[in-house]
Amino acid sequence: MNAPAYNFAYLDEQTKRMIRRAILKAIAIPGYQVPFASREMPMPYGWGTGGVQVTAAILGPQDVLKVIDQGSDDTTNAISIRKFFAKTAGVATTTATEDATVIQTRHRIPETALHANQVLVYQVPIPEPLRFLEPRETETRRMHALAEYGLMHVKLYEDIARFGHIATAYAYPVKVNARYVMDPSPTPKFDNPKMDNCPALQLFGAGREKRI
Amino acid sequence: MYVAVKGGERAIENAHRLLAHARRGDQGVAEISLDQISEQLGLAVDRVMSEGSLYDRELAALAIKQARGDLIEAIFLVRAFRATLPRFGAGEPVDTGAMRVRRRVSATFKDIPGGQILGPTFDYTHRLLDPALADGFVPEAPAAAEASTAPTPRVTDILGRDGLIESSPQAEDGASVGDLTREPLNFPADRDLRLQNLARGDEGFLLAMGYSTQRGYGRNHPFVGEIRFGEVEVELFAEDVGFAVPLGSIALTECQMVNQFKGSATEAPCFTRGYGLAFGQSERKTMSMALVDRALRARELGEEALAPAQDEEFVMSHSDNVQATGFVEHLKLPHYVDFQSELGLLRKLRKEFAEANTPDAMREAAE
Repeated sequence: MNAPAYNFAYLDEQTKRMIRRAILKAIAIPGYQVPFASREMPMPYGWGTGGVQVTAAILGPQDVLKVIDQGSDDTTNAISIRKFFAKTAGVATTTATEDATVIQTRHRIPETALHANQVLVYQVPIPEPLRFLEPRETETRRMHALAEYGLMHVKLYEDIARFGHIATAYAYPVKVNARYVMDPSPTPKFDNPKMDNCPALQLFGAGREKRI
Repeated sequence: MYVAVKGGERAIENAHRLLAHARRGDQGVAEISLDQISEQLGLAVDRVMSEGSLYDRELAALAIKQARGDLIEAIFLVRAFRATLPRFGAGEPVDTGAMRVRRRVSATFKDIPGGQILGPTFDYTHRLLDPALADGFVPEAPAAAEASTAPTPRVTDILGRDGLIESSPQAEDGASVGDLTREPLNFPADRDLRLQNLARGDEGFLLAMGYSTQRGYGRNHPFVGEIRFGEVEVELFAEDVGFAVPLGSIALTECQMVNQFKGSATEAPCFTRGYGLAFGQSERKTMSMALVDRALRARELGEEALAPAQDEEFVMSHSDNVQATGFVEHLKLPHYVDFQSELGLLRKLRKEFAEANTPDAMREAAE
């Protein structure tokens, strides 16, 4: 039998290079969803594979990794992902925000202010903010290209007309650099202001949907 | 207030230890070997290889054993391993016309060159539970005859000679084949990527989509031109030596559906094609795949595309069982924060509703 052997941080170097290229493009065009050839990871889709691939692609041996899930370091999935990188990359892990160089998160942003040499990696289930207004990718990509966000404004307006409030409490859409509207993952709305002008680099990975 | 439940590291470790124990079952019962799985649950191994996109019987058997017989879990294990493998190159197109045929049936012609060969099949069996199989069953030796040397050309090639079926589109020489595991998928997708997606797609999903076309949702009048199962040679063009070298042989099932005509003022009417291919013996899968492939060609053939099976984005985005099971099952993960914020909003809305609907408020509104 071919005994399985795995690379540093699980992914092979070719795959990491492909992901890093997508990350560079994503940084250059903030808010734009860059398609990438997402791989099957040893944890299920929908359990943070996008974040895990981004983390695997940027992680170096000197990095210190923190993983949070719904704001906690010791919920089951956070433990599982932290152990995965401790095992496959041998990196140091921490639960202290200030000690971490890479923080992978599911749906919360740490209360401690982040600084410039930190990277916050978000796990994103559905990156397309327009998905529930228009299910077709061909349509939504056209709408982004034309910056045609009327549908979103109408949705928010209808919420106010019907409920008196915008009835979106998490996965609240954001507009990045006055151009692209994106879904910052199901982060609660009250965390969104922490994203604005954050000194740390914020990367968003969606594995199943194959977008960074 | 709901408080996040902390899932301790030890709880996870203990759960996995218990899983290993449950996987082994009663230790008074002999452990199942990979050979036993590969030999006696061969069709399960075929499915895991096909949908796992990795032709390795031993690893597929290991995955089935590790997954406790849960085939989607086994497919997932194989995929996750496959994703880490380096690519040396792409094999030469296999010639299914030169297949060493173990089974071959056509529903369009009774007499086909090379003959029909039923081979090992459940077709025509009576589905009666057989108590004799429960223990110590020794099957009769199979009937044997001299192997025929007659060639077994593909039925669709025979139809093609008379122009009765559209010709199979040929790729340009040296054109590379798309690979959705290496490049992100964009819509509309070319047929090579569609076929790759369907080949990896969930058998049950494709079965249901194919079935829906038979029931009027995108009907395309299919006939089984041919199903063949057997071994084909795999070759790789080696740059160093300048010719294709054989790597070995693999078992494949191929289904070619012959479907309703197309034609126009300038083109004589002819049958159209739907294509299915899978590792091992996977007839249900390849037949379903061929039906869906044909349905997805609606736009290309100028047909109205209204049914789900004709909707490329719908089919291709939901066919992959590893993606689907992951996202459905992620609902088990804690959603305390999201739920908490929904709850907060709902309470606020209910409070406002109650205030607006007090008897006093109602009376004011009425006046």
